[in-house]
Amino acid sequence: MGKVFAFHGGIHPPENKKQSTRQPIGRVPLPRMLYVPLQQHIGMAASPLVEVGEKVLKGQLIAEPVGRISAALHAPTSGTIRSIGPHPVPHASGLDSDCICIETDGEERWAEHQGLGDYTQLERSQVIEHIRQCGIAGMGGAGFPTDVKLHLGDDHIVNTLIINAAECEPYITADDMLMRERAEEILGGIRVLNYLLKPSHIMIGIEDNKAHAIHTLEKVLKGCELNLDIRVVPTKYPSGGERQLIKLLTDIEVPSGKIPADIGIVCQNVGTMSAVYRAVHKGEPLISRVVTVTGDAVAQPQNFDTLIGTPFADLLDAAHVYENKLYRLVMGGPMMGVTVEHDQIPVIKTTNCIIAASQDEMPPAQQEQPCIRCGMCEQVCPAELLPQQLYWFAKGKEFDKAKHHNLFDCIECGACAYVCPSSIPLVQYYRFAKSEIRTEEAEQRKADHARQRFEARQARLEREKEEKEARRKARAEEAAKAQKARKTPEAEATAQAPDLASLKTAAAVARTKLKKAQKALDAARESGEGDISELEAAVATAQANADKAQQALEQADTAAAKPAAAEVDTKQLKTAAAVARTKLKKAQKALDAARESGEVDLATLEADVNTAQAAADKAQQALEQAQAGAAPAGDADVKQLKTAAAVARTKLKKARDALKNAESKGLDGLDKLRATVEALETKADAADKAYQNAEKAAGGSAPGEPKAAPVDMKALKQQVSIMRTKLKKAEAALEGLEGEERTQAEQALQELRQRHEEADKAFKAAEQAQIDAAAAKGVDLKQLKIDAAMARAAVTKLERSLSKTEEADARASLESELVAAKRKADALNETLKQHEPA
Amino acid sequence: MSLIRMSSPHVYKANSTANVMRLVMLAMLPGILAMTLFFGWGTLIQIAWAALLALGFEAAMLKLRKRPLGFYLGDYSAIVTAMLIAVALPPLAPWWLTGVGVFVAIVIAKHLYGGLGQNPFNPAMVAYALLLISFPVEMTRWNLPFVLTGEGWSIAPFFDTLGVIFGGAEPVFFDQFTGATPLDEIRHRGGLTTEEAWRQSEVLAQGIGAWHAVSAAWLMGGIFLLYRKVITWHAPVAMLVTLGLISSMFFGFDPDNYADPLFHLTTGATMLAAFFIITDPVSSATSNRGRLVFGACIGLLVFIIRTWGNYPDGFAFAVLLMNLAAPFIDLYTQPRSYGHSRANKGRGGNS
Repeated sequence: MGKVFAFHGGIHPPENKKQSTRQPIGRVPLPRMLYVPLQQHIGMAASPLVEVGEKVLKGQLIAEPVGRISAALHAPTSGTIRSIGPHPVPHASGLDSDCICIETDGEERWAEHQGLGDYTQLERSQVIEHIRQCGIAGMGGAGFPTDVKLHLGDDHIVNTLIINAAECEPYITADDMLMRERAEEILGGIRVLNYLLKPSHIMIGIEDNKAHAIHTLEKVLKGCELNLDIRVVPTKYPSGGERQLIKLLTDIEVPSGKIPADIGIVCQNVGTMSAVYRAVHKGEPLISRVVTVTGDAVAQPQNFDTLIGTPFADLLDAAHVYENKLYRLVMGGPMMGVTVEHDQIPVIKTTNCIIAASQDEMPPAQQEQPCIRCGMCEQVCPAELLPQQLYWFAKGKEFDKAKHHNLFDCIECGACAYVCPSSIPLVQYYRFAKSEIRTEEAEQRKADHARQRFEARQARLEREKEEKEARRKARAEEAAKAQKARKTPEAEATAQAPDLASLKTAAAVARTKLKKAQKALDAARESGEGDISELEAAVATAQANADKAQQALEQADTAAAKPAAAEVDTKQLKTAAAVARTKLKKAQKALDAARESGEVDLATLEADVNTAQAAADKAQQALEQAQAGAAPAGDADVKQLKTAAAVARTKLKKARDALKNAESKGLDGLDKLRATVEALETKADAADKAYQNAEKAAGGSAPGEPKAAPVDMKALKQQVSIMRTKLKKAEAALEGLEGEERTQAEQALQELRQRHEEADKAFKAAEQAQIDAAAAKGVDLKQLKIDAAMARAAVTKLERSLSKTEEADARASLESELVAAKRKADALNETLKQHEPA
Repeated sequence: MSLIRMSSPHVYKANSTANVMRLVMLAMLPGILAMTLFFGWGTLIQIAWAALLALGFEAAMLKLRKRPLGFYLGDYSAIVTAMLIAVALPPLAPWWLTGVGVFVAIVIAKHLYGGLGQNPFNPAMVAYALLLISFPVEMTRWNLPFVLTGEGWSIAPFFDTLGVIFGGAEPVFFDQFTGATPLDEIRHRGGLTTEEAWRQSEVLAQGIGAWHAVSAAWLMGGIFLLYRKVITWHAPVAMLVTLGLISSMFFGFDPDNYADPLFHLTTGATMLAAFFIITDPVSSATSNRGRLVFGACIGLLVFIIRTWGNYPDGFAFAVLLMNLAAPFIDLYTQPRSYGHSRANKGRGGNS
């Protein structure tokens, strides 16, 4: 037996181990349901391989490990998968987690399994993979997958293997009983690890309160070929803590933040050794473990070989629980175990003990009193921290200071809280501080990440902006160069162009000089002094200069005025015409008033009216001429003409109305009115003609343009319809007239008809041109079809109205229209036919 | 099934603040008995009176601070403070002097700073220092040990003592029962060497045994506390060793002018302070190393004050000064934690 060292602190809580060691390891009746949690340790949860309703055999793989730190799960017995979903699990959080629920069939039928035989003939990695496939995980504390620790030999030099048999927590005797009853298995497991890790030294650390187990181990180890020591350590909590046991056995401290493998040490629990032995030699995966069921609330505290997934209730029943005494159910030991709230929580690979405690045994914590800094916590802290300082820092949320006081070296063993006279739940304060710091750090990392991203983005945007700016500058420079190149001839051009203003100034200067010269000459002549001839010559030169300047100015002026002249003229003429018309109106009004009153000299007034009329006519004529001249200029003029024509027509209508009125009333002055009507009619005709001319010119100016054609067509159509209306009206008016008037009216009607025909012809010609254009281009079958349909509709419409009309004239015009329409429809049909086959 | 949900650990040592305080009171019994034996009933009367006042002030302050009375009165901390004041005061101190002391300790030094666990200064020492400065006459009128007051075990009768404390007394009474303490004699020995002073002074020549006995009684109590792990050895041992070493050093060099180490260790408040005053956890340094520094510094200060200061005994001032320094000591005396090659020092963090 080698030397044993010491670690700082530690406590001696009541052991309470005797109760559960009186009976050998027992068996629990097969539970009806087993709940196997997918995650029983840190790392990744296993991924289920079975489906609900599937039959599984004992030892069958039901979930495979995902990632490196993950353990396989096997069916603890044969049965049927009932569900895969959330179920309460033994975890400090109290949250549910996914479990595979198996309904047992009681047959305990094993899946095929076999050991590796002589594993020393196999590659180490093969043996480790087999252990991984058997789902072996640390059975002492955190349930860390064993294969991960076995791989440590790959990149660490492992010189010491420590088998942790300390079992320092009160109450728990699972390892103790395992060593008493299955020491051979444990040794077998150690041999496997010896092969895998090749340590130079193996030590079994065991507390001196397990005399029976020590004795059994010694017996088994007698004559063992391994370099193996049993090191009995004094009973002191937490000697079973990995780091504390290492210190006890080797006097080496595992550096903070490192793992034992970094100093060449690997620790394994005795329970794990037994599981490794079974896996390697028998091929049995980890589907059961020894669980201590103890506490004052059970009648027969005992250890049970329990299937993983067995609900606590079955275990408690097996130990004969006193339901009414049960106050607190703890999984694990009283120092670091977690409470579970109900008994359907299943046993997992790390469940070494269930304490069914009565209220007397584990009373609720006392009310927290003020810390008096007594320092008892410091005396027992196995990590050599200052627990009361950490408490103050945690309470004051001074996390930086807590970190500086090595908060993260706290192993949460609970020794400080155990001895605290003020009943302060110190461990909870540390857990709080740790989680706060972790959260803070995670947030800090996140914030840093975000800041980096933001800065990177800002930099990118800045760069892009700069690049853009550079490109823009380059472009601007190029443009400036081009501009310069272009500007030089332009500037020359402008310089050459006649500058009216400067010419004017030159002319004025020349005139002033001439005047001065003249004055000087006059003065000289008067006084008789000076060289008159010289002066005369100067005047002559000045005169010539002035003339020249004036001439140049006039030339430039006319050149500049020319384009503007037409417009100005038209405007002026318009104003003149308007003035003339106003005058005419006034005169006519005066005349009308005079007539009504029967006073004043009618003759004079009439003369006035006539004069005004003449002036108005003249103005109008001038305007029309000007407009006719300007007409080809554009659409605006055409519009004006249109308006003028419309105005003329309105006037004509008014005059006619007045005439009718007068005639029906038998008033005098009918002649004059008639004359007015006629005059107006001529005017309207003239306006119309001007308009049509203009329009034709406008239409003709752009024969190929597709845009112009539809506009043209519309206007022409409108024209034709207007003509028709006029014609009809005239015809209607004709009926009411007699004698001379009738003949006159008929004449007008004739003219109207003629014009109508002209308009019609123009319209049809345009239409034909459009159709031809369409045909020539071969465009738009659709449009053609529509057009054809429209034409046919027009034909039918015309035919219908023809059948309704009885009047000969109307019929004749309708017939002619009908013919035209038919022709158009035929033409369209033909074009359509030509295009359709294609 | 409704089971409670608790965080680990699930078992606790049967321990409480009240238990700690009860042990301290128990440990004071030998010292109190010795004082009563050698200096009369005054000590017991002072303790009873101070405890009564302390409970009253404590209750009043808890009421004002809206704290549960029973919960806090039950921790006995006020009574321990009162007892420490009572044994530090002269046994015949008038009632009001004790009253002022307890008021200052409980109300000002403890509750105005936030109550139990929050006081930066040792309440008993704050009270003592204040009384010593404010009422030097009353504070230096210490009882003569019974060996000097008459034949056999002749101490002032109980009711006379009660009357003196609560009513006042004839000067004759004081002449008979009070006198200078050994520390006074040494401090105010004039131009005499220590040996001459020792020979001339009755108290030193004959009465010193009383102080030795009382100190031994306090030491007994201290050992009991150490045994029960209520206190750690660090501060007392550091203080006693420092005081002993320094006094030995000076005594070794110049025995005529300096008192011997035994004298320093057994007179005045040395033993009482070593185990009951400087071990006050609230106001002392936290870590074991810190307590070593804390105790050693107190020993040094006490020697300086006793030897060169104006006051014959300097524990109150030494303790208060080191209370001031305790947080600073804490910063530089963190233990080396498991797995760390060296201890952290300094503030750590930015706050």
